Amino acid sequence: MSEAPLALAHQFDDLDQQHEAGSLGMWVFLVTEIMFFGGLFAGYTIYRSLYLEGFVAGSHILNIKLGATNTAVLIASSFTMAMAVHSAQKGRRRAVMGFLLLTMLLGFTFLGIKCVEYHDKYVEHLIPCESVACSNLGLQFAPVEQALQEIQKQHAQLAHVELYFCFYFFMTGMHALHMIIGIGIMTYLLLMARRGKFNAQYYAPIEVAGLYWHFVDIVWIFLFPLLYLIGGRY
Amino acid sequence: MPWWSGFPIHPERGSTIAEGVDHLHYFLTAITLIFTAIIFATIFYFAVKYRRQSENDKPPHIAGSLTLEILWTLIPTLLAFVTFVWSASLYFRNSRPPEAALEIFVIGKQWMWQLQHPEGPREINELHVPVGQPIKLTMISQDVIHDFYVPAFRVKKDVLPGRYSSIWFQATKTGKYHFFCAQYCGAQHAGMIGWVYVMTPVDYEEWLSGGVKGESMAQAGGRLFGQLGCITCHMPDGTGRGPSLEGLFGKPVQLQDGRTVPADEAYLREHILNPRALTVKGYPPIMPTFQGQVSEEQVLQLIAFVKSLGTEERKPAKP
Amino acid sequence: MSTAPAEISVEPRVHYLNVDYGIKSWLLTTDHKRIAMLYLASITFMFVIGGAFAVIMRLHLIEPTGALVEPETYNKLFTMHGIIMIFFFLIPSIPAVLGNFLVPLMIGARDLAFPRINLLSWYIYVVGAAFTMYAVVSGGVDTGWTFYTPYSSTYANTHVMATALGVFITGFSSILTGLNFIVTIHKMRAPGMTWFRMPLFLWAIYATSMIMILGTPVLAITIVLLALERLLHVGIFDPNLGGDPLLFQHMFWFYSHPAVYIMILLGMGVVSELVTCFSKKRIFGYSFVAFSSVSIAVLSFLVWGHHMFVTGQSIYAGLVFSLLSFLVAIPSAIKVFNWTATLYKGSVSYQAPMLYAMGFIGLFTMGGLTGLFLASLATDVHLNGTYFIVAHFHYIMVGSAVMAYLGGIHFWWPKITGRLYPDTWARFAALVIFIGFNLTFFPQFMLGYLGMPRRYAFYPQEFQVLNVMSSAGASILAVGYLIPLVYLFWSMRYGPVASSNPWGAKGLEWQTSSPPPTDNFEETPVVTEGAYAYSSEEAPVV
Repeated sequence: MSEAPLALAHQFDDLDQQHEAGSLGMWVFLVTEIMFFGGLFAGYTIYRSLYLEGFVAGSHILNIKLGATNTAVLIASSFTMAMAVHSAQKGRRRAVMGFLLLTMLLGFTFLGIKCVEYHDKYVEHLIPCESVACSNLGLQFAPVEQALQEIQKQHAQLAHVELYFCFYFFMTGMHALHMIIGIGIMTYLLLMARRGKFNAQYYAPIEVAGLYWHFVDIVWIFLFPLLYLIGGRY
Repeated sequence: MPWWSGFPIHPERGSTIAEGVDHLHYFLTAITLIFTAIIFATIFYFAVKYRRQSENDKPPHIAGSLTLEILWTLIPTLLAFVTFVWSASLYFRNSRPPEAALEIFVIGKQWMWQLQHPEGPREINELHVPVGQPIKLTMISQDVIHDFYVPAFRVKKDVLPGRYSSIWFQATKTGKYHFFCAQYCGAQHAGMIGWVYVMTPVDYEEWLSGGVKGESMAQAGGRLFGQLGCITCHMPDGTGRGPSLEGLFGKPVQLQDGRTVPADEAYLREHILNPRALTVKGYPPIMPTFQGQVSEEQVLQLIAFVKSLGTEERKPAKP
Repeated sequence: MSTAPAEISVEPRVHYLNVDYGIKSWLLTTDHKRIAMLYLASITFMFVIGGAFAVIMRLHLIEPTGALVEPETYNKLFTMHGIIMIFFFLIPSIPAVLGNFLVPLMIGARDLAFPRINLLSWYIYVVGAAFTMYAVVSGGVDTGWTFYTPYSSTYANTHVMATALGVFITGFSSILTGLNFIVTIHKMRAPGMTWFRMPLFLWAIYATSMIMILGTPVLAITIVLLALERLLHVGIFDPNLGGDPLLFQHMFWFYSHPAVYIMILLGMGVVSELVTCFSKKRIFGYSFVAFSSVSIAVLSFLVWGHHMFVTGQSIYAGLVFSLLSFLVAIPSAIKVFNWTATLYKGSVSYQAPMLYAMGFIGLFTMGGLTGLFLASLATDVHLNGTYFIVAHFHYIMVGSAVMAYLGGIHFWWPKITGRLYPDTWARFAALVIFIGFNLTFFPQFMLGYLGMPRRYAFYPQEFQVLNVMSSAGASILAVGYLIPLVYLFWSMRYGPVASSNPWGAKGLEWQTSSPPPTDNFEETPVVTEGAYAYSSEEAPVV
């Protein structure tokens, strides 16, 4: 009863109103994120329908095992995040911290695997860039033999595969950026939880961060099939 | 001459569609001015008639009127619909060139226009055309998006890089008319303008055959066909590694991936610059790309040549 | 409750302006009213710069060959005029200045839902403006505010990246402002204030915020793709590499068309407030006006293709966009009729805010109807890319939106500053602006139909007379805008002290002192009647 006024911001009448406003705010923000990624998805859809072979070739070049692993990792992290929110509702401080930490670890795992994938693409000369600055840095788009074979098998044109990788890097990169921000938010929440700021009456920040994290997960659920699973395999 | 002719409100009516467009424009102008006047007048009238007499005025409590709301929703909707239908049908009619249109090719680039007659004459920033005959302009840009606009003909179309666009018009009186670039394209956008010269058919023929004697577009294309080695695969009798191009233009072509597409200008251009995208069924995908080796002008000449194959105008290609 | 409190002319003891004079108290404030003032200062600054560019342009165009600057410079001027005026003046103006100040007051709350995010949105705006001003002073950008590819992605060699970055960053300011408004209106209305008791200004804010949050992210991604293409030379919009320059236009206009409704919807919201107060009558057809705002917001997302009728897009797509563009005009027409009907049997007074409102209604009718010329396919072919377009959008953005903004500033000035401005000067300025505006832009309709293309640094001789008329009007308009700057500043120090409700208006913001205390109300108001309850119970109900 005496902790509540400390957490209540002056513009709100009570904690309930504050909690609801925070949730609605996050939902509205997520709608803007949907529109943001939506623009990218729209561009992707148009070019995929125009240059299907190029997209199939590019998709086959990706490492589906790493992609699938990442999907599992992210889904698991959504589960641990949900558990963190649940523990917060029950007022269990240690559980909250534990689950937040676990979520962050899984997030780092995802990012680590992503780094491995990006590095592979760098080694295979699949970074899309045609400017002079890039070629000076050795960053041209000149696929190695194995990738070239796949491209030829699909009768795809190099320019179109490069366009595919443009979308691949930009979409996954944007997603990874959102994950990094999410992990940052969780670090902050972890510190706040450690200092005992949350209890069964006041846990809105964790719930709101949970919403954000689930959204990041859902974006990946769309990205994975759209980027990794085009055109079937084997 | 009436005193207001020094202060025109519309450009000259130089084409068959100009008057129709002007009439629609006047209708819209009338609606605009009438409604604006009604609103201004009503506001003015109410503002004066019901001006505040004292601070203790007690105006009546009027919530609204469903009848009025319906009325002033339906009437604008009706007007809007009438205008839309009128405009759309005019637009539809104006967008389809008649069959027997004379074709002229336009290449836009920063910051000039090149206009190419199929018979050979090439103009810079000028376009000579005969009166009373439908003219179809097929246009492409060599760099950024431009726009070809002839106010007197009421026609306009963006000129895009990488893709042909076309407009048509039929001039109704001889004279000289501005054309402008109407899509901002960089430093000298305002300078990318020229003149359309509409001449009598006799004068036009004279103009065509006068001047520098050169080869027609089809002849130039035939020359390129040999120089670039196209003839080695595309033998007229079909014995080469590629299909014969006799009578090809305008016919449907079946592609490797199952699609059937018409062999129009866009198809031919794409084939020359990006053959892998259009591998023809039954033929190996070995045609090399000529991207970077031919200019847009040369592509148009090659297309003119292919168009001429299998018709009386065919000029034999000499390697 | 809800009878206006007695008009006491006593300046309140402590209010939001004098509670603390330190610079940190301003730069680190979370008070929505102070943030509104921060925005007021910044957008006025940007307006002056954008306006200066316009003055140079109009002076330059007196001569057919161009009187003042090189063509390259002229191209930069019209580009930067557009970018500054649209992204840094018009889009933030009514939402961030009037909206930020009024929304909590109008719904009876102590502040917005997220005050710190509100302050963040101002800083984001400032950073975005800084990037853009850097581009301006280091040589400018010349792509047109529309950034069409492939010119902007491959050919332009001016400061495209810095400007694009500035616009990208400022977009987030818009998104956060809209987000704040939506949550505030949903969750923080005073007891008794149902949706249909809200002033129409709040309905307009809500509809506008919808557009802000749904449209701006698409602009953001479009700009990022443009920047990527410029940096990496990959072929997203380059036809030589398989890309499509028209894709840029689709994505760009998907935001930028709704964006223009951001600018006008709130102007309409202001006019609803002005017309009711200065006729002392409730609005005619409240729910129709409210629903019109929402339907304009929805329809605005469906019409973007009307900017692309001559690009070679399919005729059938053109038909669909044309029909929808005609339909989006209908709700606006409904509003105009309802405002006009509000004056019927009212008690009309002619202070400056009402003059601006009446000017708005007339000029918006004209500007909106000239939009029909452009929605109509056959005439748009002739008019696209000409001065007709320039005239049309200036009638809406300047003749309507800016006039509504000025009307709102004058109306709420006593509430914001606690001072009255000299109304005679204000009415004079309104008249000068009205005359100057029409003289500037009406000739441009005619120039457009005669065929003069827009964005021309020099032009054929036969267009000179109309150009000179337009430039003459522009000089009058410029003077008209300077006058309020002078007397409004003057009034902050020397104007008579205002009471809490100098206009006798309804609305919760007038129930508190002028200027309001930091927490807006002594105690949370309770609402027992609808908006615009100007007639007392004894007045005849018609």
